[in-house]
Amino acid sequence: MSRIFVCGLGAVSPAGWGVSPLLSALFSCEPILTQTLARPGWEKPLHIRTVPPPEMRPVFFAHPRLRRASVITQHTVAAALEALGDNIAQVQSGALRLGLVVCTMAGSVAYSRRFYEEVLHEPATASPLLFPETVFNAPASHLAAYLGTNGNGYTLVGDDGTFLQGLAVAADWLLNDDADGVVVVGAEEIDWVVSEAMKLFQRDAIHSAGAGAIYFRKEKTSGTGAELAGITDAFLFTQNQNRTDAARKMRRQLPPCKPDELLCVSAQQNPRTAAAENLAWRDWSGSRLAPKTVLGEAFAASVAWQCVAACEAIARGRFSAVNVSVVGANQQAIGAHFLACTQKV
Amino acid sequence: MALRLENFPKPQFKHEACVLFPPPKSSVTAEPNRVVVTGAGVITALGLGWRVNAEGFRAGRRAFRPVTLFDVSRQRAKIAAEIDLPPELPQTKLSANTTRRLDRATRMLLHAAHEAWTQAGWKPTEDLPVVLGTTSGEMSLGETFLQQALASPLLKRRQAARVLHYQVQQQGLNLCSAFGFQGSLTNISNACASGANAIGHAWEMLRSGRAEKVLTGGYDTLCQLTFAGFDSLQALSPTPCRPFDAQRDGLTLGEGAAILTLETLAHAQKRGAEILGEITGYSMATDTHHLTQPHPEGKAALTAMTAACARANISPAQIDYVNAHGTATPHNDATEAAAINRWAGERAKTLRVSSTKAAIGHLLGGAGAVEAVVCLMALRGQWLPPQTAIGMTDPACRFQIVREPADAKIETALSNSFGFGGANATLIFRRWP
Repeated sequence: MSRIFVCGLGAVSPAGWGVSPLLSALFSCEPILTQTLARPGWEKPLHIRTVPPPEMRPVFFAHPRLRRASVITQHTVAAALEALGDNIAQVQSGALRLGLVVCTMAGSVAYSRRFYEEVLHEPATASPLLFPETVFNAPASHLAAYLGTNGNGYTLVGDDGTFLQGLAVAADWLLNDDADGVVVVGAEEIDWVVSEAMKLFQRDAIHSAGAGAIYFRKEKTSGTGAELAGITDAFLFTQNQNRTDAARKMRRQLPPCKPDELLCVSAQQNPRTAAAENLAWRDWSGSRLAPKTVLGEAFAASVAWQCVAACEAIARGRFSAVNVSVVGANQQAIGAHFLACTQKV
Repeated sequence: MALRLENFPKPQFKHEACVLFPPPKSSVTAEPNRVVVTGAGVITALGLGWRVNAEGFRAGRRAFRPVTLFDVSRQRAKIAAEIDLPPELPQTKLSANTTRRLDRATRMLLHAAHEAWTQAGWKPTEDLPVVLGTTSGEMSLGETFLQQALASPLLKRRQAARVLHYQVQQQGLNLCSAFGFQGSLTNISNACASGANAIGHAWEMLRSGRAEKVLTGGYDTLCQLTFAGFDSLQALSPTPCRPFDAQRDGLTLGEGAAILTLETLAHAQKRGAEILGEITGYSMATDTHHLTQPHPEGKAALTAMTAACARANISPAQIDYVNAHGTATPHNDATEAAAINRWAGERAKTLRVSSTKAAIGHLLGGAGAVEAVVCLMALRGQWLPPQTAIGMTDPACRFQIVREPADAKIETALSNSFGFGGANATLIFRRWP
């Protein structure tokens, strides 16, 4: 039977650039300090968690396609390159067929807001440099250009759970031999317009940004020692199925609690928004990790961080398996199960 | 509350079989499942429904007019292919209140889905995956949100609803609620190839046995941001677009939606469904040349067409009609012509090609889906959709542009969709006898 191995992880988060600062922050359990973001027309600023500047300017910033790219693109590329690690050269030489899946909810909203403000001011002179960057698949396009890869590429748009759909797409591509490796990125960026919009639904939530990436292959080359065991069905929030029902169905498809396993949830501390997920997992007596309580709400990137944390928890030998649970903002409940690779490959 | 992982003891590892769940819906064999279309619904500026659109495309009608949905007085281009949305929606499971508040994109989707759903004769089920392609969902609501946020920063009235309903996933969720089905909802946003990618992804799900039936398609509405965006790039023509014309000067935007009900051949035959056509090939390729301009030689387009044919197990000589991406921008059409010339080889001399964007404009995320339905119409009706307004054909085209309405014997059609970011997708359709 074919297996899907996690061969690399990448992250950009309010904790810093890389998986290491992300995990340090998560394992310390201390919520990262917030910053303020001015909202034009408001006396009080918004509170957010931004990505700090990189300690050293990444080399890829100088690539012709990336010099003027959006922040979400920078996050996407940084996380993907970290996940690909030593395989970058193989991809760039054409020796490895790489598939790309980029998942997002808000997308390149900063450039979209800036461009539309220009349109409202004077449409005849709105910047042609900004508009192409507003397209949802611009980050995936820049990443493909940097890597010089022309294989399969999807940008999936939806709520937080879309990142797990992206993992399922990647697994399918590998199992169908459409790619030798697939990197899946969940990425978001901050802009006041999204922070304000989020406040309309989650008053106490802290908007954050960044990206997380998982690199899958069918062969175990190097990497984390984790493998993808499965993705549940996606249970939609519709007129016929509320969040609670959807979360319960998702939970039923994931394995029961075992003492040496971890549950990584999407919930924050807000009891109202977390109610459905908490209810679904009330029987879970084992360890639990909630990255959003430390990092804030970054939609697709948040779920990517959940998965990165899950795989790293396995890699460090702390758990033999992890359930990743996502009860998303407004679309779906969906889960994933990662295992430690213990079989000879 | 987050827990400190370091505090937990190292576990006892034990092997568990790796199973990607949920398991395949049908038995996985060495031979991939064949995939057929059993329902198709469409709404464009030509009108609502298969019949009206088939008549329009067959006659080569054009549906452009001055834009009324937003102010274009300060834009260079002022026309588009706008839809006159029917005042009444088809009967759905949505409440009257919900129906009244539906956005334009959802309304288009419901019209198209109702036609496809009715034609297919499907019943609401709990396991129907939906795969949709769009570039911007209901962006006009996002625009209104920003306008109010800028003009009246403290006014929150209706802002939450705008946030909720502008998002790409909301139109798909409305669709699921309207017809009472559940399943996964996947939104692919690969710019102007989104609709073709959505259909292709659905095809792959069926082919590999991950599903027995999938509802799929694409949509996009006209909005000011997109219109101004293409105008800022000077990609819009001030006159109705003329794909592959030697004097072409840009594209014309349109809006629309198309929905297809796809199922495995075995599933369709088991329930005695009427089959509209078969999808035999799909491929995608990424052009890394530039964010908005294709590689001059159309390398990725060539790759997509070649790979789609390989998966369909046919050669270019067996393709009877190509529905080109054909936006009418100088760059796109020159690139696509180069790619078709190389892909078709000697076959190019007799290959018939047209771009139906000449009739309904560029529907962005809806383009690939509507053009898939056009291919099915042509295969079912045995005619070719003409471009009646073309002047002198670009000499780069070694193939024949369909200029006049004509009946034709066609067994296989190929549809190209290319988008910003280098997204290239090709679908291949076969007539069902």
